[in-house]
Amino acid sequence: MDQDGQGVKPEAEHLAARPGLFARSGGTLSLLFVCPFLAYVAAFLVLPTGMLLVEAFAGKRGPTLSYLAQLGAGQTLVAFRNSVVLSAFAALVGLAIGGLAAYLVMRPGMPRGLPSLVTTFSAVAANFAGVPLAFAFIATLGSLGMITVWLKSVGIDLYGMGFSLYSLPGLVLVYAYFQIPLMIIVITPALEALRREWREAAENLGASAWDYWRLVGLPILLPALLSAYILLFGNAFSAYATPYALTSGIIALVPVEISNVLSGNVMLSPQTGAALALGMILVMVVVMGLYALIARRVSRWTR
Amino acid sequence: MDALAGRGAAARWRPGARVRQRGTTGPKAGLLLIGLYFAVPLLATGAFSLWEGGQRYGFRAYIVLIHTDQFWSSLGLSLRLAAETILAGLVILVPATFWMNLRLRALRPLFDLISVLPFVVPPIALVAGMTALYTGPSWLVGTSNYLVIPYVILALPYTYRALDIGMRALNLRTLTEASQSLGAGWGVLIFRVVVPNLTTALIGAALLTIAIVMGEFTFANILLFNTFAVYINYVGQTSATEAAALTLLSFLITWLAMLGVLLTGRGQVQIGGAR
Repeated sequence: MDQDGQGVKPEAEHLAARPGLFARSGGTLSLLFVCPFLAYVAAFLVLPTGMLLVEAFAGKRGPTLSYLAQLGAGQTLVAFRNSVVLSAFAALVGLAIGGLAAYLVMRPGMPRGLPSLVTTFSAVAANFAGVPLAFAFIATLGSLGMITVWLKSVGIDLYGMGFSLYSLPGLVLVYAYFQIPLMIIVITPALEALRREWREAAENLGASAWDYWRLVGLPILLPALLSAYILLFGNAFSAYATPYALTSGIIALVPVEISNVLSGNVMLSPQTGAALALGMILVMVVVMGLYALIARRVSRWTR
Repeated sequence: MDALAGRGAAARWRPGARVRQRGTTGPKAGLLLIGLYFAVPLLATGAFSLWEGGQRYGFRAYIVLIHTDQFWSSLGLSLRLAAETILAGLVILVPATFWMNLRLRALRPLFDLISVLPFVVPPIALVAGMTALYTGPSWLVGTSNYLVIPYVILALPYTYRALDIGMRALNLRTLTEASQSLGAGWGVLIFRVVVPNLTTALIGAALLTIAIVMGEFTFANILLFNTFAVYINYVGQTSATEAAALTLLSFLITWLAMLGVLLTGRGQVQIGGAR
C-alpha cells in the first residue's frame, strides 16, 4: 500500500505538466466511467445493508431496540452461539491440518510434482462447497452412506456409537473439506517466506527442530497463523448452503435462521431477521478488520 | 538468540534430531491420511451414484438425469446466468478500474474497500436486505435475470482484483497516449487496446465467476429460482443416487474452471465459491 501512495504524487505532477493530451477528458468522463460502478455498488450492496439497519431499528412508533434485544434471547441466542462455536472449531481444524499439510508438502524428499498437485487440488476443493459438498458427505457418512454401511458390515456401528453427520461435530467434519484447502492456500506463501538460512543458522547454533520452531519459526509465523485463523473463522461463519443442505434447518445457525425468517416458516418477525443479518455483518466487520490489521503485519515478513 | 546459543552446547551432539528431520516416511503417511479424507468422499459419491439398489450397480442414475428436462433447464439457466454475470461485471468494472488506474488514483482506497465489502456482507445477509428493499417492478425481480445483480456483487472481488492487477502491469498512460495520438476515441482505446491486453486476467476472472455462479445456492434458493444448485438440492430430497451423480458433475465443473484459472493465471490460486 505504501508503494502506491508514493506512486501517486509524481504521477499527478507529470500529468499536470502536460495538460494538452488529456484536455478533452474532464469531469464528464470520470462521471461516465466511474459512476456506473459506484452507483451499482451503492444500489445493490450499500443500500440493502442500510435497509437492514432501518428494519432492525424501526418500530411502529419510532426507533426501537426491542428487535436487537431479541438477539440476546432464546432461539436467536442459540443460533449465534452455535455459529460461533462451529466456526471456531472448523477454523481450528482447518488451521491445524491445513498448516500441517502445507508444511509437509514443502519438506525435502517429497515427490516432485506434489506441491503443484496439492495447490491445484486446494483451489478446487476450496471452491467445492455448498449443496454438492453436503451430498458428497451424505453419500459417504450419512446414515446410509457408503462408509457407514461398510463399517457396519465389519462390525463398527458409527451411528450406534453416537456419531452423527447431522450435528455440530459432523458439520465441523464437512467444513474441513473447504477449510483445510483454504488454509493451505493462505499459509503456503508465509511458509515459503521462512528462509532456509534461518533454520540452518539455528541448527548451527545447536537448536533442535523443536527449539527452532518454538523460538524462530512459530514466532515469525504467528501473525500469518492468526490472520489465517480469522479468515477461516469468517469463511465458516458465513457458510449457508452447506449446513442448509446437510441439516435442513435442524441445527440453529445464524444463516439458516435468517433464511427461515425470509421463507416465512418460523415465529420470528422480519425485523428480527434483519437484526440477525446485522449481527452477522457486525461479526464479519470485526473479522475482516482484524484480518486487515494482522495482514499488514504479515506483509513485513513475506516481502 | 543468546538463549539459543546457550543451550546450543548441550544440543550440538544430538545428531538424532537432524536424521529424523530428513526421514520422509512419517510426513508421507501424514499426507496420505489427509489425502484420504479428501479422496474418500469423492470415491464414495462416485460409487453411490452407480448404486441401483441391492447388489446391482450401473449407470441408471445418469441415464435418468439425461432424460430429465429439469436437469437440462437448470443447467442451462445457471450457464446463462454465469455468462450474463461475466458480461455485466466487465461492463461495469472495466471502465471504472481503467479510469481509476489512469486518472483517479486517489480513489484506489475506496475501490479496495469496495472489493472486500462482499466478504463483509455475507450472501444471506445481502439477500435479506435486497428482499426488504426491492419488491418490484416485477419485470426486474420476477425473472431469473434478477439473480445477475447479486451475482455481479459476489464475483466483484475476484473480477476487480484480476482487472486491477492486469492494468497495473500495463503501462496505461503510454497505451493511452499512443492510441489517442493515432486518433482513437475512448471506446476504441478501452475495447480494442486495453481489454485485448488483459485477456489472461479476464479469462481467469471469467472462469472463477463460472465456478461461483454454477455453485451459488443462497440467492437462488431464497428468491425461488431453479438454478443448478437448487436443482441438486431438490433432487437430493427425492433420489439420493441421482443427487450423487449431480454432485460429481458439479465437482467436475469446479475442477475444469479451476484448472483453467491455474493454467491461464500463471499458477496463482484464487478462492471464491458458494459456501
